[in-house]
Amino acid sequence: MSRTLSRAQSRKKRRLYIIGLGMLALAASTALVLNAFEDNIVFFFSPSDLQAKPVEEGRTFRLGGLVEEGSVQRMDGLTISFRVTDMANVIPVTYTGVVPDLFREGQGVVAQGQLKSGVFVAREVLAKHDETYMPPEVAEALKRAEHWREDTAKSVAQ
Amino acid sequence: MIAEIGHYALVLALLVGCAQALLPMIGAARDEAGLMAVGDTAAIGQFALVAVSFAALTWAYVTSDFSVANVVANSHSAKPMLYKVTGVWGNHEGSMLLWVLILAFFGALVAAFGRNLPPSLKARVLSVQGMIGIGFLLFILFTSNPFERVFPPPLDGNDLNPLLQDPGLAFHPPFLYLGYVGFSVAFSFAVAALIEGRVDPAWARWVRPWTLAAWTALTLGIAMGSWWAYYELGWGGWWFWDPVENASFLPWLAGTALLHSAIVVEKRDALKSWTVLLAILTFGLSLMGTFLVRSGILTSVHAFAVDPERGTFVLVLLAIAVGGSLLLYALRAPSLQQGGLFQPVSREGALVLNNLLLATATATVLLGTLYPLLLDAMTGERVSVGPPFFNATFIPLMTPLVLLMAIGPMMAWKRADLAGVLGRLWLGIGVTVAAALGTFFFATKAPVLSAFGIGLGAWLMMGVLVDWAERARLFRVPLGDALRRARGLPRAAYGMWIAHAGLAIVIFGMTGDILWKQEVVVAARPGQQIAIAGYDIRFEGVVQVDGKNYQAERAHFLVRRNGDYVADLYPERRFYPVQRMTTTEAAIRSTGLADLYAVIGEATGEGVHTVRLYHNPLVPWLWFGALVMTAGGLVSLFDRRLRVGAPMRKARQPDALPAAAE
Repeated sequence: MSRTLSRAQSRKKRRLYIIGLGMLALAASTALVLNAFEDNIVFFFSPSDLQAKPVEEGRTFRLGGLVEEGSVQRMDGLTISFRVTDMANVIPVTYTGVVPDLFREGQGVVAQGQLKSGVFVAREVLAKHDETYMPPEVAEALKRAEHWREDTAKSVAQ
Repeated sequence: MIAEIGHYALVLALLVGCAQALLPMIGAARDEAGLMAVGDTAAIGQFALVAVSFAALTWAYVTSDFSVANVVANSHSAKPMLYKVTGVWGNHEGSMLLWVLILAFFGALVAAFGRNLPPSLKARVLSVQGMIGIGFLLFILFTSNPFERVFPPPLDGNDLNPLLQDPGLAFHPPFLYLGYVGFSVAFSFAVAALIEGRVDPAWARWVRPWTLAAWTALTLGIAMGSWWAYYELGWGGWWFWDPVENASFLPWLAGTALLHSAIVVEKRDALKSWTVLLAILTFGLSLMGTFLVRSGILTSVHAFAVDPERGTFVLVLLAIAVGGSLLLYALRAPSLQQGGLFQPVSREGALVLNNLLLATATATVLLGTLYPLLLDAMTGERVSVGPPFFNATFIPLMTPLVLLMAIGPMMAWKRADLAGVLGRLWLGIGVTVAAALGTFFFATKAPVLSAFGIGLGAWLMMGVLVDWAERARLFRVPLGDALRRARGLPRAAYGMWIAHAGLAIVIFGMTGDILWKQEVVVAARPGQQIAIAGYDIRFEGVVQVDGKNYQAERAHFLVRRNGDYVADLYPERRFYPVQRMTTTEAAIRSTGLADLYAVIGEATGEGVHTVRLYHNPLVPWLWFGALVMTAGGLVSLFDRRLRVGAPMRKARQPDALPAAAE
């Protein structure tokens, strides 16, 4: 009888131990996740988003849209400048490095970087793997910009 | 005609799958041997039918039958034969067919090799396996039929995405699916055990080889994908924490936890309901991976064409499979018998910690992967969660796990002596401290982190060696006796050591890549000298070459060190006219200790090209370590007791050999 009782007790003890460890792991991972989220979440904005709600300089975000036709210029060997448009607004971009294979004028592009006196300095231009493919963020931004343009057109007409 | 046979075989497979799902389950409930035996026949029949269907699609690809829409969309008559065959699974429809083929293959294996399983358990396992098969066959037949015809047939096809025309990627999906789908067997066993209401050591012994086989294949599949990303994408990196990479990594993490918790069930009859839950979740994560990749909600290399209907279908399947099994778990798990007792400091305790850490790591990776989707669904805000998030959460959780990996295997079951174990590890502690200090003083970059990474790898490697030496009683008994003992140690133990050593090698590789990588980007003109990591590299210029189905710009680099010839590097930029796509072919010179990696970019002026050169120390060890881990899984799979099969009775193993364990 006392043997079964002690077995039940140590079972309870083991369960407590496991639950305790589980809570510890949970707390540690929550702390890690919250801490990492604070620094490492990168928002996506289109040129119209930036027009509507400016982002402070020095904050890293992703900019997406189309590479404006005729805007790509080589500054020196490695640095290029171009403009990203969503057909409503435009943001100038500079980038130093190798652009992905499918970087073309008129094609969709997503770049990660920061604003510096009105120019988006890209640290990374994200590769796209297929000519017909449009990043969903960009497609959506273009669609929103189209609505935005229609709205302004209407308000101007009125 | 052949395509119609393939389609017809698929419909028949669905019907056979229905029989496989229903009859054995009824038979097991009524205890009718005849009905239960239907499961075997049906499972083998289903496999044969799906194999016929798969062969038919392969035939259509090999003969370039452009009356089949799937072949038109993904093949071309000028494509090399290897890629005609691998193109079968280089697209959504074909890869789903491969998925179902492997699922049916595993079902047939259970039927063929499960002779010593209790008939009712086997019948229920096959029945659950049949249900999964029904779900995916319906998915193929209703939303993704690979045998659809086009009329009139076009003259030629659209070709396979050139990025997929690569030997490394050609065999990446089959191994990945062997892993994903292999976990379905563990899932079926878990659901069957819940229905039976019984989980015992024998059950764990049946589940382990299947989990191990799936884990081994998944390890190899992930390594191949990462290797491909390294040399084909031309960014010099090998892991990007891309959502689809995570989708394959999540089942791997959960599967690793399952592999270890099943040991506790087998050896000590404890952690039973946790192991069952883990088996359900592991396959659930595999299904979720399939859903994420197929639904087109992710931006990724791997994402197949966007089709909301397909996404919804897989989501419903996922909900039924995971929801249903979790409901069953909630109802039945409390009735599972309680298991054996153990002290916190013991082998079991170490394995519990292993599981907690792996489960937590899985949860954080899952959160980071799904968070952008959740936020988009709730607020419409678009965010991305990149590598820094995963590095900041994953590495701190994995560090204690690796520390534990050296200690855990040396602990005794039930109650262990931590001080004793650490005492026996004195050599390991010494070597670790020496390696860390040495790295600290000699590392040119990031000395503290370098010392940490190399120390961690050294600690794990020494843990493996010391454990092996202790078990063989090396240096304690005459050498001949020790070697005889070493030969007699179980293969499962060798499997564990090899796999753990493989991870140590991977850790060295990661440390080298993350901390000591060097990169040079220049706009180079022919004749220009570039210096990197002690090499002098001369850019000789670019020539045009023609491949079978592409045109390439091939650059030539002459690599010298201290004036002596080392190598020629020929990176290419290939243009595939059919798909109008450009791909990068990196040129890599590996010494086994480091890679010299060259990529050629666009021409930026007359004769001037953007050139990227990397020096990646220890990166080859990543793939080598992953291969070693795979080898460990294979060795363990051929352990005698798994091969002979599990005895029916609850066997008490004699403890004469010091814990015949993994």
